[in-house]
Amino acid sequence: MRFKRTKAAFAAAGLALTLAACGGDGGGSTDVKVADNPEFDSGTTMAKLSDAGKITIGVKFDQPGIGFLAPGADAPEGFDVEMGRIIAAQLGIDDSNIEWKETVSDNREPYIKDGTVDLVLASYSITDERRQVVGQAGPYYVTGQQLLVREEDKDSITTPEDAKGKKVCSVTGSTSLQRMVDEYGADPVPFATYSECVDQLENGTVDAVTTDGAILLGYAAEDPDKLEVVGEPFSEEKYGIGFKKGDEAMCTFLQDAIKKSFDDGTWAKAFESTLGESGVETPEPPTVDSTC
Amino acid sequence: MDTLIDNLDQILRGFSNTLWLLLFSGIFSTILGTLLASFRVSPVASLQAIGTWYVNTFRNTPLVLILALAIYVIPVLGFNSLGFSIGFRQFDTFFIVATLGLSSYTAAFVCEAVRSGVNSVPAGQAEAARSVGMSFTQSLRLVVLPQAFRTVIPPLASTYIALAKNTSVVAIFGVPEAAYVMRKLSNQYSSDLWAIFLGIALGYILIVAVISTAATFLERRLAVAR
Repeated sequence: MRFKRTKAAFAAAGLALTLAACGGDGGGSTDVKVADNPEFDSGTTMAKLSDAGKITIGVKFDQPGIGFLAPGADAPEGFDVEMGRIIAAQLGIDDSNIEWKETVSDNREPYIKDGTVDLVLASYSITDERRQVVGQAGPYYVTGQQLLVREEDKDSITTPEDAKGKKVCSVTGSTSLQRMVDEYGADPVPFATYSECVDQLENGTVDAVTTDGAILLGYAAEDPDKLEVVGEPFSEEKYGIGFKKGDEAMCTFLQDAIKKSFDDGTWAKAFESTLGESGVETPEPPTVDSTC
Repeated sequence: MDTLIDNLDQILRGFSNTLWLLLFSGIFSTILGTLLASFRVSPVASLQAIGTWYVNTFRNTPLVLILALAIYVIPVLGFNSLGFSIGFRQFDTFFIVATLGLSSYTAAFVCEAVRSGVNSVPAGQAEAARSVGMSFTQSLRLVVLPQAFRTVIPPLASTYIALAKNTSVVAIFGVPEAAYVMRKLSNQYSSDLWAIFLGIALGYILIVAVISTAATFLERRLAVAR
């Protein structure tokens, strides 16, 4: 009897944990309607993907709000992930047939070129330099570089100019860190991930953390008493969808798909359920470029 | 190729950090490693135990773990604004912590290289030193270690070459050195990946070539004829 009761207690605890896990991811998934047998010209990449019923999308796994794989979770969540689902749905592919592949900044281009992934949505800023190597459709979101500082410094560091000679942390290799060095004379402190930068900010070893405002808001929201995002964005990062260079049909499809998500409200819903959770208002959708 | 030329100043700045790390870590790890080697060959059991423990711990722990531990523990202990300067060159907390991490790791390898040199010195040398009245420290310092160092130039050179390449790990622990510059350029100029990789690799190859040439030269000059 005793034994049975213990077992029951365990079962109950297990059930409670499972339920807690279900409640935990709070919204997240936007309701997207998967297209029934969408029509594509034969021979195009879209037709191939649609016929196969499978797609591999490269996203970040370490950026809360944008692309983040929680410990123990099966699938990543975030704004990029939602956009990926919206695009896949227009190809007639549902959630269970999307393979999420982790792409770090360094392997986005190689993964697209060698076909490891079909698309990349990984806080992937559109630049002329990148468009020489891959196709980039969009933008589907425009953000800008900002600074995250400790609460007590929020009045002394407000603009990037205030960071002159100060230690500024960002991810090894990022353009944001380079901009702080080249244009504002800050001392660069590279780390592997943004969370490590935030740790260094909290223990006082660096004075600021810099990257796209969207990413910083996520961290500030986790610890609002200690951390503050200051000032206006001082760069323009246009997030685009990466695909194989020269695939004109894919370019047109992605542009239309992004525009459609603006019009039918799925884009706004995707934003609200992810980045919007940190309290920022849903912005106006950006204007999609006419070329890729 | 243009990417390399246009960003030469950044690349050189990165490599200057790499070289400073190599210099400081090389000096500290040699001092600490030699000290540990003399512990390990000393007649005092507790010193032997300390030396053995150190080598086993640091040699068996991945460098990344040692650095990660140092970078989290040292600032939390309150040392978050360390720094010194040589001329107009400033060195910050991250540089110091990285140097400590690299030195403590490399010291274990230096220790074992030096110890193998000590073992190669014929026992008669130490006995002769003792018979003329030298203490253990004296015989080690004046008779055994000088001969030991001359025999271990090749393994020591390998240790320093490994150290030169290991400095690249600190690119993710707050020090903007050569590997950091490589990752930054490769992110910024995705169309020029090969040139960037090869350019940075060439820099490391040059550093390693200098170390190994110096070692070959010294080995030829100082080899002990037995």
